[in-house]
Amino acid sequence: MATEPYETHEYDVIVIGAGGAGLRAAIEASAKGVRTAVICKSLLGKAHTVMAEGGMAAAMGNVWPEDNWKVHFRDTMRGGKMLNNWRMAQIHAQESPDRVLELEEWGALFDRTKDGLILQRDFGGHRYARLAHVGDRTGLEMIRTLQQHAVHKGIDVYMECNVQRLLKDGDKIAGAFGYWRETGAFILFRAKAVVLATGGVGKSWKVTSNSWECTGDGITLATDAGAELIDMEMVQFHPTGMVWPPSVRGILVTEGVRGDGGTLKNSSGERFMFKYIPEFFKAETADNEKEADAWYEDKKNNRRTPDLLPRDEVARAINSEIKAGRGTPHGGVFLDIASRRPADYIQKRLPSMYHQFKELADVDITKEPMEIGPTCHYIMGGVRVDADTTATAVKGLFAAGEVAAGLHGANRLGGNSLSDLVVFGRRAGLHAAEYAQALPSQPVVDAGEVERVMHNLLKPFENTGGENPYAIHADLQETMQSLVGLIRVEPELKEALDKLAELRKRLDNVSVLGGRQYNPGWHMALDLHNMLTVSLACTVGAIARKESRGGHTRDDYPTTDPHFAKVNLVMRQENGEMRLREEPLPEMPDELKQLFEEGH
Amino acid sequence: MAAVAERPAGGPSASASAAGQTVTMRIWRGDAAGGAFQEYTVPLEEGMVVLDVVHRIQAMQANDLAVRWNCKAGKCGSCSAEINGKPRLMCMTRMNTFEPGKVITISPIRTFPLIKDLVTDVSFNFQKAKEVPAFKPKPLDPDGKRRMYQEDVDRVQEFHKCIECFLCQNVCHVIRDHEENKQSFAGPRLFVRLAALELHPLDTNDRRELLKYKAGLGFCNITKCCTEVCPEHIHITDNAIIPLKERVVTEFYDPLAWIARKLSGRDPRKGIVE
Repeated sequence: MATEPYETHEYDVIVIGAGGAGLRAAIEASAKGVRTAVICKSLLGKAHTVMAEGGMAAAMGNVWPEDNWKVHFRDTMRGGKMLNNWRMAQIHAQESPDRVLELEEWGALFDRTKDGLILQRDFGGHRYARLAHVGDRTGLEMIRTLQQHAVHKGIDVYMECNVQRLLKDGDKIAGAFGYWRETGAFILFRAKAVVLATGGVGKSWKVTSNSWECTGDGITLATDAGAELIDMEMVQFHPTGMVWPPSVRGILVTEGVRGDGGTLKNSSGERFMFKYIPEFFKAETADNEKEADAWYEDKKNNRRTPDLLPRDEVARAINSEIKAGRGTPHGGVFLDIASRRPADYIQKRLPSMYHQFKELADVDITKEPMEIGPTCHYIMGGVRVDADTTATAVKGLFAAGEVAAGLHGANRLGGNSLSDLVVFGRRAGLHAAEYAQALPSQPVVDAGEVERVMHNLLKPFENTGGENPYAIHADLQETMQSLVGLIRVEPELKEALDKLAELRKRLDNVSVLGGRQYNPGWHMALDLHNMLTVSLACTVGAIARKESRGGHTRDDYPTTDPHFAKVNLVMRQENGEMRLREEPLPEMPDELKQLFEEGH
Repeated sequence: MAAVAERPAGGPSASASAAGQTVTMRIWRGDAAGGAFQEYTVPLEEGMVVLDVVHRIQAMQANDLAVRWNCKAGKCGSCSAEINGKPRLMCMTRMNTFEPGKVITISPIRTFPLIKDLVTDVSFNFQKAKEVPAFKPKPLDPDGKRRMYQEDVDRVQEFHKCIECFLCQNVCHVIRDHEENKQSFAGPRLFVRLAALELHPLDTNDRRELLKYKAGLGFCNITKCCTEVCPEHIHITDNAIIPLKERVVTEFYDPLAWIARKLSGRDPRKGIVE
């Protein structure tokens, strides 16, 4: 068996991923006085968090004093079609205002109200204007603030370093093994606790807002180490991605466009969202244009515009319009803010959208409507965690941010992701540090296991004349896009299972050209293991959930089902197989249940 | 609804349809030990940017072609390169801005040591960032809140737009061909960062020593190369570097001016370029 020397580092807590959740976790762990490192696939500050545009949801009440955590909690649960872990939703709503203010203490500069406080913006599914923001580049502000704060705290950062396997000592986490992208050399981290903050899975779909990094690494690391997954069928297709030109298809168009007054129209200029208001949201949604337009200024006497229904509803409506032949020439619908707001307002509020359309599509969004359509954006499912501590089923393994599941239920509201990152990132760092401090000694890494992992990682170099990893990836994206997309049916999902099995076989025969140094072909070959793992889990979950709810729409089971309303689909790998079982949702206490009965 | 109906059916680039066309790119292949340009010819599609073509080459002909990228939307600043000698983001450079049929040359940014192909070692920038004294806010308002006004925040928000693509560092002649200056010069990106901290309405930290000595602000002779290449259109020279230079002159020799500004949280400076 091939073996070679590798460097070894020892820490109390290692954090995998340097987006909002990872950086916040590392800052907290380090503040507890434990030896902390962050390991990330890209350069520091480039994580997918920078793509978050619209803002960070927190019931601060700066714009609407009526807002409070209970309203935010209720919006989050209803947006998630009540599949959410109620305790996570409660913690999130209660703690996010403090996390926003903390970013300000660390140098972030949010847009201001006239009184000098943090301004808040309207977003889908939120009863009040609630998103703290910086124009339409809030994610950049968050990541830069956390990055700079972390750097000044002296936290060790391993950049362009890719973790491939978690290592255990018995039932406890003992470390992680991976490689440096720059050199291809291997690296071992011995650690008492690991925080997964690796983000999402969107790179398995063809039309996606996600970058190359979003390959489901953390979900795969966790399940390979014996942790449980839940709700893996719950994938969010954001209603507004760019559709033209083809090379930019999928790039995100912020919901802030609608939050700031933009509206969806079909090819005949009709504001079609009025036709798609579901029973569940009828009481709180405007049924005519006049009321919808008045709502932006006067929320007391008007109901919310249907353009700002939760994302799952809007994405399905757009899909229906396109299918009915009322789409744009390039297979989208129109998103129009040009005819509704003055040009200088649009440029001030949405500078990066203006820039993006101008540079990439030759479209001036202050003069013309945008063409948009659904794009794979976010996974609500992921690693099952304890609500208060973010602990997984594996001792010493914690998870926060998109990689973790529960907070968003069946559908995430816009703006709830950035707040999720820092609320649960902080908790993950805190509890990982406490766990590490309580552990009497450093767990032992099995050198034989390390050698086996190393051998697997090098296998693509030994296969000659095998498959091109990029070709396998393209076929995977095609499979997930066409068979496990926005609208699903059983025969197609089963076909996807067969195709995924074929792809897995092809991956065994993948071969890479060139050497170990900065070789994207090799990196892709290794990432495919993760992409196939999450794709399989998503498909298995999608077959089992025989209903439509949130991000999971079954054409053959088009309504919600009272049985599935009460269960999580829990998955665990056993002998290389994904085993699925149903488990009842945690029971919400009566005082919180009341919030849904009072007709707020 | 006229705006909707008037949209041309062919889309923005219909007049310059790329169907059936190919493009030839010369891309630097090699590492610190040496290398050469290699030519690749691949099919073009409508609306492609340079990064799309590089990805296509990578997928079809050179799986091991090293390139950094993340967002592909001009928001992360990962894919900086020199395209026909011009420092640009590959993801924001449209193929239809080049003359059809002409070979396009892509090389790695020159100021930083080459790792492989289009990837360079930019750790210089992260090292310099560590040396900047951190943000240190003044106490909260008596009611426990913080107040800042949009007009005071606007100009600092301009600096916060920086996506750390390091193109400004790459073109800065102080370090582009002068490795020896890197020790004592932080470069335009860091000047933008320093300006963001210095003009932050809440900040109280003292960075005058750093500005005058270690960051090497005096090396800059305001040629504005950095401003010209900034993909975020930050007025690096006018709004960041020149005010910092003025500050070093006035406040280094007049500490009272520094204290007055820190206490008020406001900057008397005039002439911001909008």
